[in-house]
Amino acid sequence: MKVIYILWLRQLKRYIRSKARIIGSLGQPLLFLVALGFGFGPIFQKAGQGNYIQFLAPGIIAMSIIFTAMFSGIEIIWDRQFGFLKETLVAPVSRLKIMVGRTLGGATVAVLQGIVVLLISLIAGFRPTNIPMIPLALVFMILVAILFTAIGTAIASLLDDMQGFHLIMTFVVMPVFFLSGALFPLDGLPRGVSIVASMNPLSYGVDGLRGTLIGVAHFGLATDLAVLIAVTAAFVAIGSYLFSKIQI
Amino acid sequence: MDKEIITVKDLTKTFNGLTAVDHISFSVQKTEIFGFLGPNGAGKSTTIKMLTTLLQPTSGSMLMNGHDPAEDPHKVRQTFGIVFQDPSLDDELTAYENMEFHCILYNVPKTIRRKRIEQLLKIVELWDRRKDLVKKFSGGMKRRLEIARGLLHHPKILFLDEPTLGLDPQTRNLIWLHIKELNKKEGITVFFTTHYMEEAERVAQRIAIIDHGRILTQGTPKQLKEKTRSQSLEDAFIKLTGRAIREEEATSTDRMRMRRRLFRR
Ligand SMILES: Nc1ncnc2c1ncn2[C@@H]1O[C@H](COP(=O)(O)OP(=O)(O)OP(=O)(O)O)[C@@H](O)[C@H]1O
Ligand SMILES: [Mg+2]
Repeated sequence: MKVIYILWLRQLKRYIRSKARIIGSLGQPLLFLVALGFGFGPIFQKAGQGNYIQFLAPGIIAMSIIFTAMFSGIEIIWDRQFGFLKETLVAPVSRLKIMVGRTLGGATVAVLQGIVVLLISLIAGFRPTNIPMIPLALVFMILVAILFTAIGTAIASLLDDMQGFHLIMTFVVMPVFFLSGALFPLDGLPRGVSIVASMNPLSYGVDGLRGTLIGVAHFGLATDLAVLIAVTAAFVAIGSYLFSKIQI
Repeated sequence: MDKEIITVKDLTKTFNGLTAVDHISFSVQKTEIFGFLGPNGAGKSTTIKMLTTLLQPTSGSMLMNGHDPAEDPHKVRQTFGIVFQDPSLDDELTAYENMEFHCILYNVPKTIRRKRIEQLLKIVELWDRRKDLVKKFSGGMKRRLEIARGLLHHPKILFLDEPTLGLDPQTRNLIWLHIKELNKKEGITVFFTTHYMEEAERVAQRIAIIDHGRILTQGTPKQLKEKTRSQSLEDAFIKLTGRAIREEEATSTDRMRMRRRLFRR
């Protein structure tokens, strides 16, 4: 337990100490919220879909969580490059514990980030419609955070230099985000896009957040929760396995 | 009676066609201080990585305190400590936090944790800087912190990969004094590599010389000198490998010859 705690604490300390990372990771969601929210708002309204900020805010919260979570997972590449990873890998501690500690740390940071973005979106005019559901919204945030930290860990375990980082951002994070329904409704999409979106785990996270915060869900909250739990469990297992196989 | 704590037989590691370690065999006795010497690229660090579970060997067998690092890494990780050749600190943590983190990973009891951290940080003259982030340290300070951290827990086997490279003579002496004391008092076996020949001659009880992934010879410093009819270990080394150990002393033709030899394999 102590080992998991110290690894968790390390992730938190690193996050809190890097001001640039905090500002950068809050600036981006803010920009999306303002630019897209106010830019597309009128069109969205005209199409009879209601208030776009209401629709968009849960998507942007999910975005800030997956970006932060993926980054925490991928930090393994940094730790490998700067050598710190060796220190943990030769310790008499199971790699599963190391992976769990890191993942919980990364996920905690991501959830904190999501909460801050939620608060910011309140200033931008977002109003959750169902206050008692907020704890469940938090559960969705935690699941998405753990899922994407684990995905980041799994991918980073296979890469041994920083070159891979940009590839991941371009070919994993961006498509997952854009094809998740974070920015647009999933109803009435072309068939191909709709299928891809329904295979994207983030779609269920976004949907769950929207279902809990504004009472509109495409798949339904029960489906969202079940899918997310299953996928998260699978990726934590895959991430742990790949992490345990790292060689230096 | 089983007095060997490290046993290596025909150990080999190839990286995409380059043979870094080539069928080496040696053994280290319990409580011995064993020096592993060789020029740059000889395969020292690769051997240490295989023994410390960080790399899977291509072939051959190893035993560390009775367990195989390739088969039973978790058991082996409970028997050793290591100071790596390359940096392995967390730059975003303070010196003290790095030390504390290590104590928790290695389960150093809370009651002795603080005292030991203080003692070691004082030996490497970093106690006054304990609250500074490591990223603000100079290269030598980071190196000293690495060594201090590696000595926090008392394992059965301690690996030191070029521990004192780049440090001033006074610090080197202090560190070796402490290591020798650990070796004597706690019976810790020490496996180290170094580029300082006089250091090896002074501290090592037994030495193996490795070049191009092969062990050329092994024995006590005295035996090696007698065998090669040399005055110093430095001379013995040059006679055995055909060149000086330190990179800065190797001439460019030396390096070219080395590359060509590696290439031919
Ligand atoms: N991960 C790797 N991939 C490919 N080649 C490697 C790798 N690690 C080491 N090598 C090669 O293996 C050989 C032995 O390297 P090693 O690091 O073991 O040398 P060394 O004896 O520790 O040298 P030094 O005194 O410079 O530390 C070198 O030719 C090196 O280039
Ligand atoms: Mg080396």
